[in-house]
This record gives sequence, structure tokens and C-alpha cells, in this order.
Amino acid sequence: MALSIPASLESQLDELVTHYPQKRSASLMFLHALQEHFGYVSNDAVEWTAAKLGLQPINVYELVTFYPMFRQEPLGKTHVKVCRTLSCALAGSSEIRDHFCKKLGLNSHAHTPQTTPDGKFTVEFVECLADCGSAPVVMVGESVLSKASIADADRVLAAGR
Amino acid sequence: MSNPATTTPAPAPAVPPPVEKIRIKVDGREIDVPKMMPNWQGKLEPTTMLQACHMAGQEVPHYCYHPKLPVAGNCRMCLVEFGTPMIGPDRKPVLNEDGSPKIARSVLPYEPQTPRGAIACATPISPGMELYPNSPATKQMREAVLESLLINHPLDCPICDQAGECKLQEYSVQHGQSASRFVEEKVHKPKAVDLGPRIVLDDERCVLCTRCIRFTKDIAGDDALGIINRGSYNTISAFPGRAFDNNYTLNTVDLCPVGALTSKDFRFKMRVWFLKETKSLCTSCGTGCNITIGSREGVIHRYEPRENNAVNGPWMCDAGRLNYKWVGRKDRLTEVQSRGQRTTWATAIKEISERLASATPGSTAIIASARQTTEELYLLKRLATRLGAVTDSVPRAGNADRLLVCDDRNPNSQGARLTGITFTELGIQLAWIADGIRNGSIRHLVVFGEDVTQQGIGADLLGKLETLIASDILPNATTARAAFVLPGCAAAEKRGTFINVKGRVQRFEKAAEAPGDARPEWEVLHELVEKVTGSTGFTTIEGLFNQMAKDVPALAGLEWGKLGDTGVTVAI
Ligand code: SF4
Ligand code: SF4
Ligand code: FES
Ligand code: FES
Repeated sequence: MALSIPASLESQLDELVTHYPQKRSASLMFLHALQEHFGYVSNDAVEWTAAKLGLQPINVYELVTFYPMFRQEPLGKTHVKVCRTLSCALAGSSEIRDHFCKKLGLNSHAHTPQTTPDGKFTVEFVECLADCGSAPVVMVGESVLSKASIADADRVLAAGR
Repeated sequence: MSNPATTTPAPAPAVPPPVEKIRIKVDGREIDVPKMMPNWQGKLEPTTMLQACHMAGQEVPHYCYHPKLPVAGNCRMCLVEFGTPMIGPDRKPVLNEDGSPKIARSVLPYEPQTPRGAIACATPISPGMELYPNSPATKQMREAVLESLLINHPLDCPICDQAGECKLQEYSVQHGQSASRFVEEKVHKPKAVDLGPRIVLDDERCVLCTRCIRFTKDIAGDDALGIINRGSYNTISAFPGRAFDNNYTLNTVDLCPVGALTSKDFRFKMRVWFLKETKSLCTSCGTGCNITIGSREGVIHRYEPRENNAVNGPWMCDAGRLNYKWVGRKDRLTEVQSRGQRTTWATAIKEISERLASATPGSTAIIASARQTTEELYLLKRLATRLGAVTDSVPRAGNADRLLVCDDRNPNSQGARLTGITFTELGIQLAWIADGIRNGSIRHLVVFGEDVTQQGIGADLLGKLETLIASDILPNATTARAAFVLPGCAAAEKRGTFINVKGRVQRFEKAAEAPGDARPEWEVLHELVEKVTGSTGFTTIEGLFNQMAKDVPALAGLEWGKLGDTGVTVAI
């Protein structure tokens, strides 16, 4: 896929670089902007960023793979984030994730976000969603499901199909 | 590394500046160590605990530290317990009852009963410091670090190619627990990753020391490798779709302390403990990198760089490292031939010497190769002087790079110059020799190690000669037309010296036997010179070298024995 960056976005990013004493410091901001525009950070986007900032692609790729908020592939239509930090783990969040994975035929042993081949769902484990009092917590898109249950999961699945 | 004296007089300061020393204790023993030591680039920096322990004869185990790479301090294997002199509230040293300074052992700030080590590779020493590289606490720290490094390691040494030269294996034997306490599922990482045309990576064996990353970025100047993913999923990788492919990639195989990076050329060919090691030189360019040849029963299995800080440091280029396969080629010249018939060395040398001795003075030309040893070039020059022969050799140009590779692809152009085989520029007499053959003034041609049909002396001209004598290793268009064919040896099959582009005279030893009748050229030439000139000489390479050093002004004062393993620099 050839990358096509709108001129407005490019000039906005060029301007951004001027805010930093070193070009490379703008790396993360570039990646955020590109992910916002394309929905994910493709390898083409990584190479484009590296060329812009005078880096090698591997330098930028390290960042993309380090930070979980960067996606290397497009997300499914319904994006399910299951919290795996302590409170939620104790309250059974991994059963909820396993349930999602099983119903959707996804690999529950993988540690990276899993997307169904039809592009309808992405399921992933995330760290604390800052709602520990109502563990287990699941986020579906931008909305929070407190005290989530298997039944809730089934409703999310039914709605997303 | 000891640096043998050079014959070029150093711009000598009358008195060397005194080295400032610091007194410390290592395992209770007092020792004075320099305050500053050269870092990876040779610049002076405060001496580290690791260097100090080394000077005290205590090796500190380490993975990420390498004297020729920037310090990263990431593996923690080099943790050493230490103490520093106590300072009282009056800013004066606190003393014991016997008047000696009181030492405060370093401890965790919130847990004063727990010793706290420091990474020896990156921690500078200070006056009065005490290092405890063998204390129980140090040992415990080492064992713990090693255990954590092994958590996700497959522990499959019997099928690992690094076995026998693996630091993980060595340290596990010295500092490890024999049984793993880890019961959780190991993280699985990519195996047999095709990192580039010459390198395979097993990420499960990697200890993430980043030596490979630092080498390719800071030494080779190709920022191609990195650590991707996070935490226990950390993985060494190149950017997807980009091959790790510069001319120095195989050095990362030498640097990798474990079996993660392996050479496609060498992996699974031979257990390293079967290899015989021979000190030799790379012959692929004028830099003359020092190498170790690994061979078994006469078969060469690998070249590895041999450290020489006056020439190549600890590195060599990939092209030079892999340029050994031709030595074992099946079509090597293995028979002495006279007019197409197999003959013996004795007969051939007798016939050739009679021919040359009776040739009209000035009717012979000698084309030698700057891939030959200095001794051989010297003997050819002596022959030429006796015969009034014109001599030259063949230039080989290539592109230089910023690290080691030199634009002169002959290993011994300086040898050809200093022995008088050529003028400053190699090859300027070749056209003149061609003309001589054409007009009949040159009737006899002696060629060593070159195919002159590629140098403007084509088959038609060779056909006009009365005598064509060709010595080579592999057959070519010149040997095909020669009346006398003399099978020669690769550098790996004989002893001798090369002089690199900067005038470093370096010797190399024999790793393997030559096939068939092939003999070191210097032996043959020695007999030939003896017969033609009537003078007797030496029959050993040592004697020959020493005699040459007496005759060749630029080599005055040198002796084979004084060259050492890393050579001597002469003025050129
Ligand atoms: S591949 Fe080898 S050299 Fe590179 S980080 Fe891993 S262990 Fe170190
Ligand atoms: S730089 Fe030259 S001498 Fe050194 S390894 Fe490469 S080809 Fe051989
Ligand atoms: S632990 Fe799950 S929201 Fe904090
Ligand atoms: S050798 Fe790795 S931290 Fe010192």
C-alpha cells in the first residue's frame, strides 16, 4: 500500500518538528498523528516518519512495537479491551477475554491484539483502565462496561455481528 | 595487547607524561591502577571496576561489555560488591582503631543488611575503594542474574552451534544453578530468523546484550538492528523487509556471546572444538586483516578476525572472511607439467634453470603477483637481476570503505614495491613487456600467480614466446598455454609475510597441506634461484626472511622472530 499523506497533515507535522530541539523527539507525535489519520501505523508510515526525521526505520519501529497504544494493523469495527491488571484479574477478567476469544475463534494465548478475519472484532488485554472499584472492567470502543460478565460479553458479541 | 616496537621512530616526547594512579584494594589485595584508561574509541576515561579487577587478575563475567564497543550496562552480569572509605561529619576519613580507613560496604539504602553491587563495566573506581569480585554477595548476585537470563532460554546446548564457545554455557557452569526453578511457560520467540544474506538469528537464545546493535550502528555505521516489543517479549530484529546486509555483518556473530547470531556459512558445519587454529592474514585487500583459520584435517572451515589494534582491531569484512572456498576447489593445479606432460619438480626445475641461464641477457620478462609473499617476490627479483629481466606485477583496484576495506585489492603491493618487482605504480611495464614480445626482444616469460591474457598479453603474444613458465593455484588462460606449469599454494598452505598498504610487515603460518604436487612457491623459487645464480641460500622461511631483510633496505633490521604475531611497521 502506497502511503498518501494529505498536504495539510504533512505541513502540520513539518511545523511540529520545529517545536523540538532535535528532530527525532517528534517521533511519537508523528506516530499519533499518522495513527489518527490512517487508523493504524503501517510499515510504510514508519518508513515515512523515519525519512522525515532523519532516522532509520528500525528506530521508529522500536517505538511502534514498544507502545501498546500503537496499532500495526487496522482495528476491527468493535474494539474490545479487557483489563488484566490486579483487581480485574482477581475478579475474573481473563475468563471474559477467553470467552471473547473462544466465541470469535481467536488465539487467547497471543499477547498482541487479535482481530477476526472478517474485520468485525478486535480483542485485546490492556493494563488498568482506572475503574478498579468495579472490576472486572471491559471497554467496548469508547464506552466502559463495569462489573462485566459473560452475559455482557455475549451482548457485545451479538451487537457487533 | 602488546604492541611490538615499530621501526618508524615515534615523535618521542623526552619523558612520557606520568600516569596518574589510584590505590584500591581488590579482594583485600592493594593495587595501584591508572586513574584513566582508554575507552572503546581509545579516548581516556575514568578506569572502571571491571578494568581494575582485570588488572588485578580477577575476570569479571560479562555479556554486554566489550572493550571495542560503547558501554551499555544492560545485562547486569558484571555486578560486583564494593566498599568506599567512610567520611565523617567533619568531612575527614573515619578510621579504624588500628588507624586504617573504615570502609563502608555498599548496601541498599532502605535495607542496610543487603549488599548492593555495582555494574563493574560502567562504574568508575575512586581512591581507597575496595572491590570484592569473589565475595559471597557478588557470587549470589551473579547467580541470580544468570538465572533470570536463562528463564526463557531453551537450554538446548546439544543442538546449538555456539556450544563450546558460548559465554552463557561457560558462566552457567561456573556460576549457575544446574536445575531451572522456573515452572511457568517460557516465552517463545522467533527461531531461525533470516536476518540477512549471511546471518541467521535465533531470538530465543538471545540475552539482549545489544552488542550486535551497537556494533552495526557505531562501528559499521549501518543502524540496522534494534530491540522490538516490550518486556519479556523483547526481540532483536531488523526492520521488516530490510535485510541486515552490510560488509561487516559477520562480526556480530563473533560478538554475540551466545548462539543467537550464527553464520549461514559456518553453522552446523563443525563443532568448534575440532578446529585447529592457525594465525594467518586475509589476502583479499591491502589492509591485511589478521585472521585465525579454523581447519580440520586439511580442510578450511572458517576465517575469523584476530585482534591487531595496529591493523584491523578485532574486526574483518564479510567479503574477506568468506573468500576461502576457492582454496578447496576441485580444479586446482596439482601436477607439475612440462610441455603438457606430467613431470617431477626436480626435472622441471632443472630444465627451467638451464633454459633461463642460457637465455640472452635481457630477453626474459617476469610478471609476478602482488598476491605473492614478500619472500617470493624477493626471490623473483633476484632471479630477474641475474637474468637482466624486466619485472612487473598486476594492480587490482576496488572501492575503499570507511572502516577496513582498502582500494588496493592486492595483499602485498608494498612487498612488490619494496623488493623492486615494480615501481611505485604497479603494472606500468606490462605494455612495454607486451611490445617486447611483439617485436621479438622478449623471448622468455615467467608468470607467477596472474593471468596475463587479461593484462594485454593475449594468446597470440604468448604463442610467439620461446618459453612460457607459469606458476599458479587455479588453471587459467596463461597456464593453459605454458610450457612449464608449476602448481602453487594458497597463503593458507604456506608460510611467509605480506606488507600491507601502510607498511605493516606481517607473517602468516600454514593451516593446511596443498593438494597433489603443489608446493610453496618460495621453496621452488629458492631452488631455481640457487641453480640459476649458483649461490646457496637458506632452506627455511625464517632464514630466507632474515636474508631478505639484509638485502632490502626498507626491511633493514627486521628478523622473522621479531615480527611477532601482529607484525612491525616499516617506513614506505
Ligand atoms: S543477538 Fe547476540 S549479540 Fe545481539 S543482543 Fe542477542 S545475545 Fe546480544
Ligand atoms: S578489509 Fe581487506 S584484509 Fe580485511 S578482511 Fe576485508 S578484504 Fe580482508
Ligand atoms: S485493574 Fe482493571 S481497571 Fe484497574
Ligand atoms: S557487562 Fe553487562 S552490565 Fe556490565
